[in-house]
Amino acid sequence: MENIIEVKDLITEYDGLRILDGITLDIKENEVFIILGGSGCGKTTLLKHIIGLLKPVSGSIKVFDKEVVGIEEEDLDDILMKCGVLFQNGALLNSLSVRDNVAIPLEQHSNLERKLINRIIETKLNLVELANAMYLSTSELSGGMKKRAALARAIALDPQILFCDEPSAGLDPITSKAIDDLLLQLKRQLNMTIVVVTHELASIHRIADRIVFLDQGKALFVGTLEEALNSDIKEIQEFFTVGRFE
Amino acid sequence: MNSFEFKDRTLVLTDELTISNAEAFIKFVSANLSDIRQNTKFSIDAEDLKTIDSAGVAAIDQVIDSLKKFSIETKVINASEKVENSLTAFSSLELSEKEFRKPAKLGYIENLGNMGFNLLDNIKYFIYLAADMLFWGVAGLFSKKGQRKGEFIIQSNLIGVNALPIVGLISFLIGFILSLQSAQQLRNFGANIFIVDLIAISMTREMGPLMTAIILAGRSGSSIASEIATMKISEELDALKTMALNPIKYVVLPKLYAMTISMPLLTIFADIIGIAGGFLIGITYLKLSPTAFVDRMANVMVLKDIITSIVKSFVFAWLITIVGVFFGLRAKGGAGGVGRATTGSVVTAIFMVIVADAVLGLLFY
Ligand SMILES: Nc1ncnc2c1ncn2[C@@H]1O[C@H](COP(=O)(O)OP(=O)(O)OP(=O)(O)O)[C@@H](O)[C@H]1O
Ligand SMILES: [Mg+2]
Repeated sequence: MENIIEVKDLITEYDGLRILDGITLDIKENEVFIILGGSGCGKTTLLKHIIGLLKPVSGSIKVFDKEVVGIEEEDLDDILMKCGVLFQNGALLNSLSVRDNVAIPLEQHSNLERKLINRIIETKLNLVELANAMYLSTSELSGGMKKRAALARAIALDPQILFCDEPSAGLDPITSKAIDDLLLQLKRQLNMTIVVVTHELASIHRIADRIVFLDQGKALFVGTLEEALNSDIKEIQEFFTVGRFE
Repeated sequence: MNSFEFKDRTLVLTDELTISNAEAFIKFVSANLSDIRQNTKFSIDAEDLKTIDSAGVAAIDQVIDSLKKFSIETKVINASEKVENSLTAFSSLELSEKEFRKPAKLGYIENLGNMGFNLLDNIKYFIYLAADMLFWGVAGLFSKKGQRKGEFIIQSNLIGVNALPIVGLISFLIGFILSLQSAQQLRNFGANIFIVDLIAISMTREMGPLMTAIILAGRSGSSIASEIATMKISEELDALKTMALNPIKYVVLPKLYAMTISMPLLTIFADIIGIAGGFLIGITYLKLSPTAFVDRMANVMVLKDIITSIVKSFVFAWLITIVGVFFGLRAKGGAGGVGRATTGSVVTAIFMVIVADAVLGLLFY
């Protein structure tokens, strides 16, 4: 399989404070890639660099074989058109209804007629089990509903790469499983590559193909779920055992 | 080249049906509608279809649904397993039969009634809030518990000190222009010296407090409203409540005190600078001597003028703060709600300041 994302020697800082200190990893086409690590270790930061929202201190990031670091705005837009992003806090436009949020990419970036757009919106909201909340305003949603609505928006255009920052945080185990199933379906039916930040062990077991484990700015481990489970790195063993229900 | 064609009452799909050609597919079907309608069965052959995305599935579903209205049964045939799976995974066929919970549309009369009730509700809330703020404003002087330490100084700086340049500049221009416009007339009558009466009284009684209030409504009233609205919407106020803190005491009181102190001081500053603007016109354009100007001012200004200035400024300070807090606390929705709260606070504060100014003007006449 081909690499769809290549990160090399990535170093990032916020106001001189080093967050990521030389990350190198590849994400392959049509896999579910999990970013693991303790709270505040820089997972969201890594994600935001890959999609070009933040500029690194040094290093190289390639998405679809194009260098993202120092890229022109329009070229970045071309890449982002093929990516869907679910932000950690949802980042729905607050003044719009759920339907209108999902409609944004469809109305702006496709030439479909309204009827078809509506049908796609309904399908997508149904996939995240939110069809009933279609006409609610965003501020009337619960935390988990916001997450799901944001996921529906992220997949509105069937992106080639889907980035999800903690998709199942704040969801009950059943809905959380439904979201995992959806991600697998997207991977299988639409050949999506899916990059997920998550802490949910159950979820990792269900969906993970490969994993990176971030610790103190370094990629402590990159490999398959199998390899991670059998790893002799202390931090990783701890991660997979502490949360387990005995 | 199109990836669909019509053969023996069968629509043959080749290659791909995705967001890029979904629209064309639907158009193609409607173009061939007369042919399709000759039979009650219609097939879509997907044997050579390699790629389909959710937009493609939606397009097929839309065709199926709209042909159903002509009692035509549509079938997708020869689809590969993958396409078949996509068709079920992203199907919207059953969806369109479901009724989505739509927001209730209200009639004209109902809307009117709602507006009336909302207005009453808002008035009630405003009065409660004003009483609350008055109570805590006084009580807070005696007990510092539950107030944020050091915030009063910060707010006084923001509301008072930082407003000095703009208040000074505008008052000076107002005093200057007011005098200049009147000077011509006064000179015609040889009544040059009366410029002192005019500028001293109009600045202290009217222009000083009014202009300061309008500047602060735009500057500080809006920032109070937007800050509190943001806190309200992001549940920060609820968080304070759960920590057993009264948002009025914790968030509002420092601003209220800062306004109460800053406004009169700024108003007196505005009075002085405005009169200085008149003074400049008096000694240049009207050729008064500086001593004559000052002497005359000592004669015409009475204590009541200054008291009027200060009383007005107190009233305006409270009005602006209460209106700002009111709009902040009533904000709902998201970012748009903050915007509406800010606009509402500025417009309402300026309106109420001018109404109060008229009332006070009559009282102190
Ligand atoms: N905008 C910012 N400005 C300055 N520092 C930031 C900013 N955003 C994040 N940080 C810092 O960068 C570090 C990594 O943050 P990041 O959001 O990437 O963590 P995370 O791994 O996603 O954590 P979590 O699992 O809690 O979401 C944190 O120490 C945080 O304090
Ligand atoms: Mg994060």
